[in-house]
Amino acid sequence: MLAQLATFAWDAPSVDLHALAPEIVVTATLVILLVVDAFTGDDQRWAASSIAGIGLLVALIPVATLAYDGVERILFGGAYVVDDFALVLKALFLLSAYVVVLLSTNYIAEGDYWEGEYYEMILASVLGMMVMASARDLISIFVALELLSIPAYMMAAWRKRDVKSDEAGLKYYLMGVFASAVMLYGMSVLYGYTGSTLLADIAPRIGELATSTPLVTLGIVFVVIGFAFKVSAVPFHTWAPDTYEGAPTPVTAFLAVASKAAGFVALLTLLFVGFWPRHDVWQPLLWVLSAATMFVGNFIALRQTNVVRMLAYSGIAQAGYILAPLAVAGASPEAASQALHSVVIYLVIYAAMNLGAFAVVLAVARKTRSAEISTYGGLFSYAPGLTVCMSIFMFSLAGIPPAAGWFAKLGIFQALASAGTTSGYVLAVLVALNSVIAFAYYGRLMRVMWMDDAPDGDVSPIKVPWSLTAALAITVAVTLVAGVLPGLVTHFTDPITLLAVGS
Amino acid sequence: MKDFLNSWGLSLAIFVPLVGAVVMLLVPKANEQLHKVLALATSLVVALIGVLLLANFQYDDGKTLQFVVDKSWIPFINSRYIVGIDGISLPLIALTMLVVPLCIIYSWNHFPEPKNPKAFLILILILETGMIGTFCAQDLILFFVFFEVVLLPMYFMIGVWGGEKRRYAAMKFFLYTLFGSALMIVSFMALYFLSDKVPVPGGGFEHTFDMRALPVAAAGISSTAALWIFGGMFMGFGIKVPMFPFHTWLPDAHTQAPTVGSVILAAVLLKLGTYGFVRIALPILPEAAEKWAPFIGLLAVIGIIYGALCCLAQTDMKRLIAFSSVAHMGFVMLGIATLTDFGINAAIFGMVAHGLITGMLFFVAGSAKERFHTLDIARLGGMLKQMPRMGWILGLSAMASLGLPGLAGFWGEFPAILSAYNPGGDLNEGLFRVYMVVAALGTVLAAAYLLWLYQRVAFGLPKEEFADDPHVHDVSFTEYVAWVPMIVLIVVLGFFPNIIFHVTNPAVSDMVSAMGLGS
Repeated sequence: MLAQLATFAWDAPSVDLHALAPEIVVTATLVILLVVDAFTGDDQRWAASSIAGIGLLVALIPVATLAYDGVERILFGGAYVVDDFALVLKALFLLSAYVVVLLSTNYIAEGDYWEGEYYEMILASVLGMMVMASARDLISIFVALELLSIPAYMMAAWRKRDVKSDEAGLKYYLMGVFASAVMLYGMSVLYGYTGSTLLADIAPRIGELATSTPLVTLGIVFVVIGFAFKVSAVPFHTWAPDTYEGAPTPVTAFLAVASKAAGFVALLTLLFVGFWPRHDVWQPLLWVLSAATMFVGNFIALRQTNVVRMLAYSGIAQAGYILAPLAVAGASPEAASQALHSVVIYLVIYAAMNLGAFAVVLAVARKTRSAEISTYGGLFSYAPGLTVCMSIFMFSLAGIPPAAGWFAKLGIFQALASAGTTSGYVLAVLVALNSVIAFAYYGRLMRVMWMDDAPDGDVSPIKVPWSLTAALAITVAVTLVAGVLPGLVTHFTDPITLLAVGS
Repeated sequence: MKDFLNSWGLSLAIFVPLVGAVVMLLVPKANEQLHKVLALATSLVVALIGVLLLANFQYDDGKTLQFVVDKSWIPFINSRYIVGIDGISLPLIALTMLVVPLCIIYSWNHFPEPKNPKAFLILILILETGMIGTFCAQDLILFFVFFEVVLLPMYFMIGVWGGEKRRYAAMKFFLYTLFGSALMIVSFMALYFLSDKVPVPGGGFEHTFDMRALPVAAAGISSTAALWIFGGMFMGFGIKVPMFPFHTWLPDAHTQAPTVGSVILAAVLLKLGTYGFVRIALPILPEAAEKWAPFIGLLAVIGIIYGALCCLAQTDMKRLIAFSSVAHMGFVMLGIATLTDFGINAAIFGMVAHGLITGMLFFVAGSAKERFHTLDIARLGGMLKQMPRMGWILGLSAMASLGLPGLAGFWGEFPAILSAYNPGGDLNEGLFRVYMVVAALGTVLAAAYLLWLYQRVAFGLPKEEFADDPHVHDVSFTEYVAWVPMIVLIVVLGFFPNIIFHVTNPAVSDMVSAMGLGS
């Protein structure tokens, strides 16, 4: 035995450090932050957010060099892939996290919360998302998911003296763990039938297995449902509104944008790489999920009186739109390629407009200490800049040019039409109907801001700290530029492919 | 000069208002006079570009697109920045460029509550960009973007500066139009994927949104699919026109909008819908249009009669004019539904004439409202005694609106009715002749409600409550400046309708013959 061990040649797997550089930078930042936080006093806590922000921006540099390099790098026997798809999404996660750090700076500093730990949680969660973008293996997907979720559970409960925040964290945690369990069960079934955790190996095997193997179907359904929780698709959305309302607002922005995007990224890789041959199983499932998600999200959003809850339900409805192209992706390689592009483009634009909307909510709450829609009355009279920004984001979410949302929605329509099937066109009409329903509540918020009077007659201006101004500037710029010159976004998303799907 | 106009003329016309708006954004709000000057100067620059375009337009060659610019925009979906104008769009662009500066002049001292000239004028300029852009766009996605851009400023204009029920009206306006355009974009997408691929610069074949190529490329679409696609466009354009039964947003929007908003809405915005039919729906899907035409004609004549009857029942002057728009746009749609060059020429004339005349009526109504603080017809009276000049202007506009020969309104209505006698393609002659008779009855009703309105408002003696009101004065200077060009045009076009027919006819007959419907 000992002799055997002695002769066992241990080869360290060759690691492409360049390919892993973005993740390494984020990890290093996390470690630096931990050390700095341990050795600084209370009066230097501000350093935490600066370090986190700088680290996130530095991590963008290797992402850019990798993109410039343009070589697809396959690591760890195919479990980890750094290609255009992964890089675009890593850049998206890093930038979203940077904006979230900007949103958090004053909120966390002024609210008497733990500061260093908060930014460590964000960095850990972003690390999970970045791994998710590259993961092509059931196990690495699961690890990435837990790495991004567990810090998020804690962040949701960050306002620990507030019962609502505790409820938010607990609800999110319980639902998240439940979803993980369901998904893990599905994964184990798939592993049992295919004998591999690599998505690239799973695809041909489940294709060979007769359609009469119901357990494979069950496995696929369970995995998809696990991520349906993550992207808050109806009927697995019940955690979202309470969690969003209770969590600190910057965390809500993080959950609504980055965390949801990570869920979609996992869905994309799973469906297009792993489960591609069985699109007969997941297409109808996603069709129903998509249709239900848009309608339920929009109808409940109509009745909300709190902006954050309204944005939560609007986010649910938006998830329905994003799911729609996936429901017809199997019709042809062209449809699949369109679906992939439309989802990625939607995620990019959705991140900009939704983070922007949360930035305005945060800025307004600094004065009104409330997120009730009625407190937005007369905003135009005392904060015209914020009102115009919020209007741009609302128009963008509603899909009205020239704000970027129209192009995102156009991509959805295009993907649905490219399938050329009746179910695709029906879903397109449903998306169109929902766009109209959705405007009723986006428009209502605008009506309150522009046309109502300030509820208490208090029209003193709002002081917006520089970090929020920066966040607003970034998000407004992206929203407008991507709306007027969508070619700038598609320039980055154009080359993306996933294994089973040609460009 | 010519070269410069060819490559930059239209883009300047579209984006100069936007540049003006951005400049105004940077000027502090308190500097109201500067804002007014900036806005007027911007719109006059656009009008000047318009004059240059008019002067350099090749009228003999009205059927070809001119001043074309074709640049890459969104390569991902092969949507391009293509602008160009032909005889169909030229009159409407000219109308837009005329109406906007007049509206700014009219607003000079008449800003509705809550004032804020900066925001109000910026919105008007953004509106101008959207309107001119829509008439110039030759790419479906570009068209869609401009078509939607128009919604935003109008929503705020109604919602912030409107009357008492402004919030309801603004929301209704927005939701109706959005509903139509959402279905329209689905149709555009279906059209994109179902039509044949066309060669692209740089080699290869791709699907296209190019309106110039689509009539040929879309020929292969199955007739069922074409019917559905036309249906989606019909919702998009028909709601904007608005056609019965989608018209209900119009009276609310018009009644609640500030005067200038009503004028722009009536003069230009409604035309975006009819223009869409003529420019996009008919040439690209002629066979589907032929199948839909009897139905469109039916809704058009229902609109004519229904609008007229509603007018008779109104007690509010502005609401009455709004319903008269429904009736007049019915004539335009009837002309389009005949699918003949005669009818479509009449429709385009009708669009311009309705824009001028109804715009004038809304101007007068707005000025009356400012003086009397009410438009309740029962409380008005004796305008000719109290303000003779305004009374006469109202009279002239009303006469033009009811289609009196010698004024512009006549040339929109009469040929449209006549064209229904002999519809194009395989359309049922008997059916369209019934439409013709019904539409002719509509003109009688139009005379009835307009003359009755005029009688109640202008004749008799001023009502006691206003008899000695110092606020009631005759036409002011800014009102003259804003109104005279429109009145002159109403008269001139009435005597020389060929000014417009001469421009539109080559383009329209070329389009109709390209549709290739047997007749």
